[in-house]
Amino acid sequence: MREAALKESANEVRRMRKWKLSQIIGFVILLLVTITMLSPVWFMVTTSLKTTKEMLVFPPTLIPKVFAWGNFSELFTNTDIKFGQQYRNSLIVSIFTVIGTIISSSFVAFGFARYQARSSSFLFMLVLSTLMLPYPAIMIPQFLLFMNLGLHDSLLPLILPSFFGSAYMIFLLKQFFSTLPDELYNAGRIDGCSEFRLYWNLTLPLAGPALATVAIFSFIWSWNDLLTPVLYLDSQENFTLPVGMAAMLSSKFRLAPWNLLMAASILSVLPIMLLFAVAQKRFVEGIVLTGIK
Amino acid sequence: MRGLFLLEKWLENAEGAVLLKLSKGQRRESRYFYFFISPWIIGFIIFALYPVGASLYYSFTDYDIIHAPVFVGMDNFKELFHDDQFWNSIVVTLKYTFISVPITLFLSLIFAILINQKVPFSGFFRTAMYFPSMISGVSMALLWFWVFNPQAGLFNYGLSLFGIDPIHWFLDEKYALWALIIMSFWGLGGGMLIFLAGLQGVPAHLLEAARLDGAGRWKTFWNVTFPMISPVFLFQLIIGVIESFQVFTQAYTITRGGPSYSTWFYVYNIYINAFKNFRYGYASAMAWILLIAVLFITYLIMRASKRYVYYEGGQNR
Repeated sequence: MREAALKESANEVRRMRKWKLSQIIGFVILLLVTITMLSPVWFMVTTSLKTTKEMLVFPPTLIPKVFAWGNFSELFTNTDIKFGQQYRNSLIVSIFTVIGTIISSSFVAFGFARYQARSSSFLFMLVLSTLMLPYPAIMIPQFLLFMNLGLHDSLLPLILPSFFGSAYMIFLLKQFFSTLPDELYNAGRIDGCSEFRLYWNLTLPLAGPALATVAIFSFIWSWNDLLTPVLYLDSQENFTLPVGMAAMLSSKFRLAPWNLLMAASILSVLPIMLLFAVAQKRFVEGIVLTGIK
Repeated sequence: MRGLFLLEKWLENAEGAVLLKLSKGQRRESRYFYFFISPWIIGFIIFALYPVGASLYYSFTDYDIIHAPVFVGMDNFKELFHDDQFWNSIVVTLKYTFISVPITLFLSLIFAILINQKVPFSGFFRTAMYFPSMISGVSMALLWFWVFNPQAGLFNYGLSLFGIDPIHWFLDEKYALWALIIMSFWGLGGGMLIFLAGLQGVPAHLLEAARLDGAGRWKTFWNVTFPMISPVFLFQLIIGVIESFQVFTQAYTITRGGPSYSTWFYVYNIYINAFKNFRYGYASAMAWILLIAVLFITYLIMRASKRYVYYEGGQNR
């Protein structure tokens, strides 16, 4: 018994010794940095559970004395905020954006990956060049266009553009589709597949992981977007979550309701956290591939 | 005879080149090409080409939506030249960009290197440092507005542990922009993941060869590791700069451009002029300047990088 314990601790020491000094210094630095970086998250979670009185206490209490779970339900019951409605709007916009982006971008990417035409490399350059086009530089004519179509204060202008392909996603999917072997398509053609079925029945089922990456990132971008909905949405019941939360800060309350705002923030990052939990591998891969965080 | 033969040959080639360059199969292929990319072509015309052109046209007009645009020539640009708010927005945006982007890049590279040397619990650190990046946009802005709260915020509490007096972050024009810069470091996790992937892609045999040649850690990093990840570095730099030129969320949610215009970012200025002051023509002129600035900066970085960026499997492009 004692011998075993001794052996165990000797192993421990050996394992410790294997770590070089630089690794231990690195560990300590990373630990301090991580604690610093995660402390605002802790602050956010605890504030969301504090009463209005306790949230203003300085220094901040590490753990709420009373857990005010009511903050979360107040978001949905307080009729001045319309949080539930805005949450629904955000879900509608993001889900339809994901659907639009997946369908259109994979369709276009398939064209770029499988067919050649005289202008195909020029057009692909054009796709890539739109990546550099800053949205603020083109938002005014886009806004006026949708105004003239009578789509002001509606969710449609936030969704519609995604049905025409997103340059990032076209690029990403084209890279993936190009890796699929030609033999596959020849076999499909011999079996009498139409070109559309080569796309729909052959390519898409093989592209699951790549499509998942596209779905995750188009969801996040659309979910977090503030500038576009700020331009288009005027009435509180049409706001998406980011607009609604920014408005919560500036109006109605004499004192900024930080506990409610933190509760709202937590609920608003929940879908993203869920995506991360479910598809961490795709998530990380997507960040590395697109370079967008 | 010989002349005739040559003529015939020339005709054949010319025909091939001009009239029948595409075989039947190729024509069929290009039909499918255009069929599949047609959604993008339509979208490109409506949501990119037209807006770029229209905003150039509007930039030479006075336009308030209610009345038709009135052509005013270069007046908008002349006015911009004397507009203090315009110049201030450029200074604010550049200051933010040139402080935030390099430091964020530097820190994310350092942390990626630390994690990559197989410290204990490296998997945990990777996730933990990326975690904050999931809280972005307005949620992040709200959280940090609260963290920087002068009376009850976490940041001043942290400072008080070091005996530093409370700072009125977003209420003080000297500190507001700095608070936004500090806030931007919080999102370094994404960049760190990208660098980490880059570092893991450095071939082990190169590092081994450097070690055998007697290169120290520092030399190995500068002469082997860094050149190998330099394309990643360049890409991140470009994206970082383009993103910082377009900061809007923080200004809109937290500071509303204040106090005393100290966080009056360029895009916020466009937004206010177009959608609050209804000066669409004037704002379009600014939008076009932004477009050119983004293209120009990208070009500059690419040009400067020609000397320093190493692309594997090809000469320096």
